[in-house]
Amino acid sequence: MTRKERRARLSELAKKRVLITDGAMGTAIQALGLDDAAFHGERFATWPIPLKGDNDLLNLTRPKAIRTIHDDYLAAGADLIETNTFNATSISQADYGMQNMVAEIAREGAKLARAAANAFEIQEPERPRGVMGAIGPLSKTLSISPKVEDPGYREVDFDEVYVSYREQAEAMAEYVDFFAIETVFDTLNAKAAITACMDVNEGTSDPVPLILSGTITDNSGRTLTGQTTEAFWNSIAHARPWAAGLNCALGANELRPFIADMARAADCMVIAYPNAGLPNAFGEYDETPDTTSAHLGEWARDGLVNIVGGCCGTTPDHIRAIASAVAGVKPRKTNPHPVAMRLSGLEPFELST
Amino acid sequence: MTTSLSRFVNIGERTNVSGSARFKRLIVEGDYEEALSVARQQIDNGAQIIDVNMDDGLLDGAEAMTRFLRLIATEPDIARVPLMIDSSKWEVIEAGLKCVQGKPVVNSISMKEGEKAFLARVHDCMRYGAAVVVMAFDEQGQADTEERKVKICTRAYKLMTGAGFPPEDIIFDPNIFAVATGLPEHDNYGVDFINATRRIKQTLPHARVSGGLSNLSFSFRGNEPVRRAMHSAFLYHAIRAGLDMAIVNAGQLDIYDDIEPDLRNRVEDVILNRRADAGERLLEIADRFRGQSGAVAKAADLSWREGDVPARLKHALIHGLTDFIVEDTEEARQLADKPLEVIEGPLMAGMNAVGELFGAGKMFLPQVVKSARVMKQAVGHLVPYLEEEKKRSGLEGVSNGKIVMATVKGDVHDIGKNIVGVVLQCNGYDVVDLGVMVPSEKILRIAREEKADLIGLSGLITPSLDEMVHVAAEMEREGWDLPLLIGGATTSPMHTAVKIEPAYVRNATIYVSDASRAVGVVRTLLSKDNREALIKQTRDDYERLRISHASGRSAKPRLKLEAARARSLKADWRDYTPPEPVFLGVRTFDDWDLGDLRRHIDWTPFLSSWDVKGRYPQILDDPKKGEAARTLIKDANIMLDRIVAERWLQPRAVVGFWRANADGDDIILWEGQDRDRELKRLHTLRQQMIKDTGKPNYALSDFIAPKASLLVDYIGGFCVTAGHGEAERSARFARAGDDYSSIMVKSLADRLAEALAESLHARVRRELWGYARDETYSNQEMISEKFQGIRPAPGYPAQPDHTEKRTLFTLLGAEKRIGVSLTENCAMTPPASVSGFYFSHPQSHYFAVGRIGKDQVADYAKRKGLPFAETEKWLSPILAYDPRK
Repeated sequence: MTRKERRARLSELAKKRVLITDGAMGTAIQALGLDDAAFHGERFATWPIPLKGDNDLLNLTRPKAIRTIHDDYLAAGADLIETNTFNATSISQADYGMQNMVAEIAREGAKLARAAANAFEIQEPERPRGVMGAIGPLSKTLSISPKVEDPGYREVDFDEVYVSYREQAEAMAEYVDFFAIETVFDTLNAKAAITACMDVNEGTSDPVPLILSGTITDNSGRTLTGQTTEAFWNSIAHARPWAAGLNCALGANELRPFIADMARAADCMVIAYPNAGLPNAFGEYDETPDTTSAHLGEWARDGLVNIVGGCCGTTPDHIRAIASAVAGVKPRKTNPHPVAMRLSGLEPFELST
Repeated sequence: MTTSLSRFVNIGERTNVSGSARFKRLIVEGDYEEALSVARQQIDNGAQIIDVNMDDGLLDGAEAMTRFLRLIATEPDIARVPLMIDSSKWEVIEAGLKCVQGKPVVNSISMKEGEKAFLARVHDCMRYGAAVVVMAFDEQGQADTEERKVKICTRAYKLMTGAGFPPEDIIFDPNIFAVATGLPEHDNYGVDFINATRRIKQTLPHARVSGGLSNLSFSFRGNEPVRRAMHSAFLYHAIRAGLDMAIVNAGQLDIYDDIEPDLRNRVEDVILNRRADAGERLLEIADRFRGQSGAVAKAADLSWREGDVPARLKHALIHGLTDFIVEDTEEARQLADKPLEVIEGPLMAGMNAVGELFGAGKMFLPQVVKSARVMKQAVGHLVPYLEEEKKRSGLEGVSNGKIVMATVKGDVHDIGKNIVGVVLQCNGYDVVDLGVMVPSEKILRIAREEKADLIGLSGLITPSLDEMVHVAAEMEREGWDLPLLIGGATTSPMHTAVKIEPAYVRNATIYVSDASRAVGVVRTLLSKDNREALIKQTRDDYERLRISHASGRSAKPRLKLEAARARSLKADWRDYTPPEPVFLGVRTFDDWDLGDLRRHIDWTPFLSSWDVKGRYPQILDDPKKGEAARTLIKDANIMLDRIVAERWLQPRAVVGFWRANADGDDIILWEGQDRDRELKRLHTLRQQMIKDTGKPNYALSDFIAPKASLLVDYIGGFCVTAGHGEAERSARFARAGDDYSSIMVKSLADRLAEALAESLHARVRRELWGYARDETYSNQEMISEKFQGIRPAPGYPAQPDHTEKRTLFTLLGAEKRIGVSLTENCAMTPPASVSGFYFSHPQSHYFAVGRIGKDQVADYAKRKGLPFAETEKWLSPILAYDPRK
């Protein structure tokens, strides 16, 4: 099926039921217990910098392991899977000296996910399986100064961030069904990513729609850079996303009020993929699939969400439980909003007609 | 300006190098820190958007814009509002767009350089996500006539919407030009703008209109009063024609009705081009106003500026006017030998006048709190000089006395305490306010460290009464010897006399009913002369109260519990079908519209919380209190506009319904439909007073079908809050020295929570429980509760036991679902929250349990599985006997 057909079918399906996205990639890779040599693989055996932790590089050095993770999530019932490209940008890869490999890492990541999804589509031709090209938040941020004594200082500027994101988006554009700008903790980074994706789409006959997902860092209900959920939505609404929502940082229990805010604010589909609870004293996530899925099931019944899945600490078992918890529940209705000028600072501003 | 101003958006103009000489100097000299304070000031003055402009020959505009906006990003109290990025150079605007995470407004673009360049800018605004101001400017130049303005804006609108730009993000600026220039071709500029505005709003859907005001009055440079009058009158008419926003100095707009009538008339002649000699006629009188450099443009009333400094300070204090306070205070300081003399002399004299007017009922609390704001600013100006003086002379400042105040442990309510604190400060007392939920140890420790002259305790919920007794007993034990003041809604002279005073006998324990009384009591207690007389008087009064209390208890015998139960309401259950709720279990409701809730506010208790007592709306016409009530409600509405527009508060609600049956005075909530497993058990209390024959002794369980009836009945529970966001907002005002607004936010959050509880109850009756689908009542009828079913709350007369809230909160998962929790004394936090149970039975109604006998306390303790003594403690306000005997 063509990309356009697949997206049309996914949109159609989303009117009938809550769509399922996949669970954690990062913690799944951690669970494999790979050592530094495994990350280097043969190709980078002599690379002078330790590479353990460069998860995206596994697209090149351990593609089968990544493929297996995708397969497990698809088998668990995911309608959408995310590429292993969260850090496949020149700015983030610079930590490993891999900034020149970015295009290849991103492209291979996209291909791996697409291949896995295709295999499931062949088995089950009636069921579309979408791929979201993961575009993460970068290791450097545009709104915060790393120097306490100089609040006006920035490590990077908008144009550098734009170039970095554009390279990533261009590399994935041919293979993914959506660009997912996610785990947004600085909305200005996300805006640079939106601009980059829009420019990649400019003039093509088959533009790749955007998915935006912010991260509320704690119970204050703000992103790391201080925006409320609604202010975040107002800042990114110009991307006219296919879906918008929140992920990471919080478990479902803590995330609920902010997802409710998003469900009110956004006029597109709402996507939510919380962590498996909050990390325990060892930094591990131990919320059981039952607990996570009970929350998400309730969100679905309360009409808050259209797409659900998991972030850090969630596993194929979580996804399976979530899929069964939301089965048969009517998804949130997406209604066009009353027309109003909506601006934002850290807080939303609305001037309605 | 009338109410339409409330929807009108003020854009702060002072962070503009071409509009503000001070800002320009700060930027050119690189003092960005101070430049940020200009932005902050704009927000404090009510700017909802800040315009930033760096267009100046001395500056690298893009660099200055980048640096300033990056600094703003790190200042949350500035960054909270949207920015307007203002430049005539696109590269400066684009530099700004690359620095803001929010959605800003671009100011401006135009068709000056043709369609192609224009559309490229439009496209960029879409990429960056910005609304945009479009100047009425085309290849031929700026539009001056109505026709040209409309034509150019229409053409731009079509181009933009054709390119996919959202029409709601378009703001047209149809150019405000100078009038009364002496050139007849300029005379119609005001009318052209106003008419063009009207036509743009009518014909170009969703587009907005804005304007920069300062040009208009260019001919009257140097005559601020006339300029301000022109701006106000112009806005008055332009807003009516549809003007949505303007770049203004937010702190400096006159009230249209207050413009001196002759001036207003002549200004309007000019603006509306009503006569050929309008400009000359305005010039004729303009000089009369020149030099009255004031911001409050009661042109006729500006005469108060002609008095001497003490008179001006007094006027400002009485009328709550802050505009000149700093310059007047400074003038007074220069006249005085020492800065302290300014406080002790003219400022205290002014506050005394306020105190007298207040005491005489000629001023009301809200006005006094505004006076306090003025006083704070004056004192704030003097503080550095006072410090300097102190260093020089080694003398400490003089104060009338120091009071440590707190809301006691377990309680979170502090509106009343804050008001008392402000009024005491106005009267020259140092107030150390420890806030809410303050444990006894902390109150006493700080009182010791601060060398307090007096301690004040406050509380709203009944368990706070015991906590106050505890503090009093601790003071006695530790050997304190200073007066103790008791206040708060739940306290009373009786309780103070019976419980608190006996616990602390070494010094005076005095109940104060409200803020106006607090000042008199404090003044007397700290004076040498009348102190002993007041203490003795109080002791005698309290002794009398104790005697009458003791006799009151014995005089009113109670029915035995068994007898009271025998007289329970015998509802007819045989022909009754309990209505079934549309869902069972618990659901959260987050979709509340603040704008809708504000319409359901009950103003009577709101006014009462400000000590303006009387029934709304009749009180508005009261000859004595009417003005205070009207002003207070007007200020409340202005704040409500912001609360709604900027969503300061996040209303949340949770509702649950369960299968239920009465079991004696308990109510069983069932786990499943088989009614064999108890989910929870509620406990209710029964009236034990002796009533006329035939009148039942009620308990809430009477309104639920008994287990023996075999009927499946239902009970509901709810918790709502409007308090999320209130605390930080209120604290922000308090930090800025604006106690008036700080208290206003709290009192409005309380009312919104009540309004939410009321709306939710209506929704329950009509939809969620649905037993009264056809019910329609006006707001007034809702407030007077003329409908079927009740929502009694634990801690209130029908169920005075606060601990039942714990059961309710567990059932609802209120903390998890909507972030409302209980303190150890069962106060809800955030405080602007309401909870309770729903009963639907047609005979259900509110009643007061009244005093109960020891037999019921023992029975209730047993049913609840609590120790007798603890149960007695929770029920102490309603005991019909003295537990110490």
